[in-house]
Amino acid sequence: MNKNKSGGFSVLARLMKFTKPYTAYLIFTVIGAVVSALATLYAPVLIGEAIDCIISAGNVDFQKIFPIVIKLAAVVFAGAVFQWFMGYCTNILTQNTVRDLRISAFNKLQSVPLKYIDSTPHGEIISRVVADIDIISDGLLQGFQQLFTGVVTIIGTLCFMLSINPAISLVVILITPLSLIVASTIARLCSKKFKEQAKLRGEVTALAEEYIGNQKVVKAFSQEENAEQRFEALNQKLYKVGVRAQFYSALTNPSTRFVNGLVYAGVGIFGALNALTPGGITVGQLSCFLSYANQYTKPFNEISGVIAELQSAFASARRVFALIDSSDEVSDSADKALTDIKGNVELKDVDFSYTPDKELIKGLNLSVSSGQHIAIVGPTGCGKTTVINLLMRFYDTDSGVIKVDGAPIKEVTRNSLRSGYGMVLQETWIFEGTVRENIAYGKPDATDEEIIAAAKAAHCHSFIRRLKKGYDTVISETSGLSQGQKQLLCIARVMITMPPMLILDEATSSIDTRTELKIQNAFSRMTGGKTSFIVAHRLSTIKEADCILVMNAGRIVEIGNHRSLLEKGGFYAELYNSQFKQT
Amino acid sequence: MFKLARFLKKYRLQVIFGPIFKLTEAIFELIVPLVMADIIDKGISSSDEGFIYRAGALIVVLGVCGLAFALICQYMASVASQGFGTELRRELFSHIDSLSHSELDEFGTASLITRLTSDVNQLQVAVAMLIRLVVRAPFLVLGATVMAFTIDFKLSLIFVAAIPLIAVTLWFVTAKTIPFYKNIQKKLDKTARITQENLIGARAVRAFAKQEHEEERFRENADDINRIAVRAGKISALLNPVTSIILNLAVVAIIWLGGYSVDAGELSQGQIIALVNYMNQILLALIVVSNLVVIFTKSAASAARINEVLEALPSVKENTNAEPHMAENAPMIEFDGVYFSYHNNGENALENIDFTANKGETIGIIGGTGSGKSTLINLIPRFYDVSGGAIKVKGVDVRDYPLKRLRSMIGVVPQKAALFSGTVRDNMKWGKSDITDSEIENALKTAQAYDFIKELPDGLDSMILQEGKNLSGGQKQRLTIARALCRKPEILILDDSASALDYATDLKLRTAIKENCGDMTVIIISQRANTVKAADKIIVLNDGAAVGIGTHKELLASCGEYCEICLSQFSAEEIEKELQDE
Repeated sequence: MNKNKSGGFSVLARLMKFTKPYTAYLIFTVIGAVVSALATLYAPVLIGEAIDCIISAGNVDFQKIFPIVIKLAAVVFAGAVFQWFMGYCTNILTQNTVRDLRISAFNKLQSVPLKYIDSTPHGEIISRVVADIDIISDGLLQGFQQLFTGVVTIIGTLCFMLSINPAISLVVILITPLSLIVASTIARLCSKKFKEQAKLRGEVTALAEEYIGNQKVVKAFSQEENAEQRFEALNQKLYKVGVRAQFYSALTNPSTRFVNGLVYAGVGIFGALNALTPGGITVGQLSCFLSYANQYTKPFNEISGVIAELQSAFASARRVFALIDSSDEVSDSADKALTDIKGNVELKDVDFSYTPDKELIKGLNLSVSSGQHIAIVGPTGCGKTTVINLLMRFYDTDSGVIKVDGAPIKEVTRNSLRSGYGMVLQETWIFEGTVRENIAYGKPDATDEEIIAAAKAAHCHSFIRRLKKGYDTVISETSGLSQGQKQLLCIARVMITMPPMLILDEATSSIDTRTELKIQNAFSRMTGGKTSFIVAHRLSTIKEADCILVMNAGRIVEIGNHRSLLEKGGFYAELYNSQFKQT
Repeated sequence: MFKLARFLKKYRLQVIFGPIFKLTEAIFELIVPLVMADIIDKGISSSDEGFIYRAGALIVVLGVCGLAFALICQYMASVASQGFGTELRRELFSHIDSLSHSELDEFGTASLITRLTSDVNQLQVAVAMLIRLVVRAPFLVLGATVMAFTIDFKLSLIFVAAIPLIAVTLWFVTAKTIPFYKNIQKKLDKTARITQENLIGARAVRAFAKQEHEEERFRENADDINRIAVRAGKISALLNPVTSIILNLAVVAIIWLGGYSVDAGELSQGQIIALVNYMNQILLALIVVSNLVVIFTKSAASAARINEVLEALPSVKENTNAEPHMAENAPMIEFDGVYFSYHNNGENALENIDFTANKGETIGIIGGTGSGKSTLINLIPRFYDVSGGAIKVKGVDVRDYPLKRLRSMIGVVPQKAALFSGTVRDNMKWGKSDITDSEIENALKTAQAYDFIKELPDGLDSMILQEGKNLSGGQKQRLTIARALCRKPEILILDDSASALDYATDLKLRTAIKENCGDMTVIIISQRANTVKAADKIIVLNDGAAVGIGTHKELLASCGEYCEICLSQFSAEEIEKELQDE
């Protein structure tokens, strides 16, 4: 389902679907808009009637003015109340709709295949969930409020004017297209220049990121002048476009004011002339016309503003819907759950590739019995995570089967398969929350004793105790824990659930040696007697593994144990020699 | 905010004349209701058609002139505001360029970029508004009031009562809602954070089957936003109705009281209409004023952030006139009791470091994260100044070199492989601006980068995208090494810069450097004992102190920390075997 190219109308229709639970508020909004707009229009009529009672010295009819003034106050008050009511309802309507939209966008992220998350830049997804939906919210708010009142005001004004005096109304109606032409011309000019400006601003930001972010390199090579020259070139371009963009957008106000002035003058002249003819309009009616003339172009400007805003809201909505429409992981075909896992894993004739034109794994066969350790080795970036992706069913095999305890993993529920594995990856994952919440992530009902026991087993009890609030300290990915400490917490997280099978990624280059020893220690404590797949960097781990998968450039090139692979004298032997023998 | 006014100097003309033109337009706008009152009072009551035409034409002329003046003002505002922003950006960028590492660390890249982009944009808006509206809007309020007074003193008192009421309403609503919007912004940041956590941790969330838990966490935050936004909406929905009530009640008062004045012959019908018009104009102008207040509050914050950067002074002060007298027989690099602390808070990042490196020697530096390895090498090109002791290059204190001279002797390969958008050749030229292609090729060969560059369709002219996005981590690292080699430095510093290379390439690289750059003094930082093993001298750092200095063999025998590192990377038997082999 690709709705990317769908027109504005179908996007609107889908947005309206999200407002459905709040139809009552929508109806109230419309009622509020109509009543308040009519009240705003009726007020000048009453003022005009009152002025007609104030003709000249000694010729003022207070008897008639009094009820008019009371009526005016009542109309104004009622209009204000309905206006507030409308504002209140649109706000609830918009906020609720947007909340639902945001939640469904986020929930989608929990059900899309991992492939989607891996291949879409995260910044883009985040901007859909945050910025795009915010733009939709602004657009809806403006749209509901000003579009309704604007339309009602324009129609109402025309009706009122026609009912008072058709001839003068004609003047207003004739000048109206001018206002529309001016507004749309300016809008077109602006949007072109704004696009250019936005593009240049993006370039300036990118250049600044490049040079300021790598300022230390710039300094090391004494390239400050070069940097300033490149920046200034772009800066001047931005200036030229900026002046234009700024000027065009600044045209709107004076131009519409001018058109407004023309309408005002036209009504003044023709109204006054008309008043001279017998049976013409009264002075009060003229005053009423004048205030309409003053207000008449305002809804036009507002509507053109709202349309621009709605257009960008629709563009955002399209992006959000594209996210919501992306297809889910193939749903579990059976609700059979894996229970009481022994840890016998079998891969049979497995083929896999991320993209059809680049074959990665071809005819992989591997049989792992309960408790065996499998080491996955190879140079950095050789695709060791691919195997993990398949085992955990983050990705599905193209052909062939993977079985756990004899059951093909495509025939059991994903959650039961995944809960069977404990996984510690090199990229640690700490979410914003307390240490306790982070450790008990996989077992929310864990007792304090269990949490502390897991922390102790993972060697993190001592540093947790040194944190400001111990186990209740709020931590996050960026909260100042070292990479090693985060890794230990992730191990504790797995320790507490004690799953029957393990997937581990051995320590990284950025961990200091003592912590590394601790992690090593914690790993071996965990793997005892459990089927383990280990992305290995350490020779000792590799040597002791029951089976070694050697990978290079994304593919599995050799399988065997340490001794047999060395004898074979292939890629593994070369790797081993380059790593541990010095020329 | 006023400190930044100097950037407007070039645009003095626009800043002075822009508002004057705008003011003229505003005066015209104020005259229009008076002319209209005349049409009603003189034209209609004395049935003077000619007068109506003349007065009508006058309104149109006033409109045309007003438009012309307004356009001139808008243009001036555009030139001045964009010009101001351009000058400010240039100054800010080159000031950031002049800062030393300590200041850059303190501000942080993200924050500097925000200041250079959105803060400057915010100020541009403020300058445009300053020229366009700051004079106009209050003038309209004041002008309309004064005009009202010229018509009738008593009725004008209604204006005096209504204006503060409207102003207070505007102020109340703005002041009440701003904290709500700030709060919403914070919650939106949290939305972004939760989303990001879930994207990075997608595997972890699914591995623990916690999708529903995460959905719940997100929902709570979305509900929070909803609640705050609805509360803010309740208040801001008050603005229009309340101001409209005040305005219309004022109009009612004008009609009612005005009726008595007309009855007494003090005022005419047309004048009442004019008063009603002025009242409307005041409301519109006051709304503009309240928007201006919001814009200027934001701008003041932006200006403060920009000033903070402009006022920061580089902590490394250059001695541009220095003429260093280098001693040929002095060691290449000499650390003499060096202490260093990042914030001068007494917490030393380096403590009493003492060593020398001679021409052609290779120095290995090893130690855990945060042990001070990168800090140590950052002191040699004087990215930071030592807090105690001295560093000498060729017998001369680094503080006695002009910076450019000092840095031209050193080739640094940073930990994070940073390449710049441009061709491969452009990037290599950073090392030496007049470099020849064959020199570049030699450097590429030594850095083990020649093979993959050769395979690119455009060779040296191949484009590198921003941040080297079109290259792999290992390729980027090899190119940054080549870039440093291009300048044929006397000192080459490799800051853990081969971490993305596989062992075989890493070894080839070290061998090639040894062969081709015999008299270069090389400093290698690494986490891998294997990489530094062959160095002439290895410095083992722990918590900022050198706990061991010597060769691989010496250290294995004498330095406990070094043994521990080696043990964690080789198995004990291998080390034993190695010792026996020698």
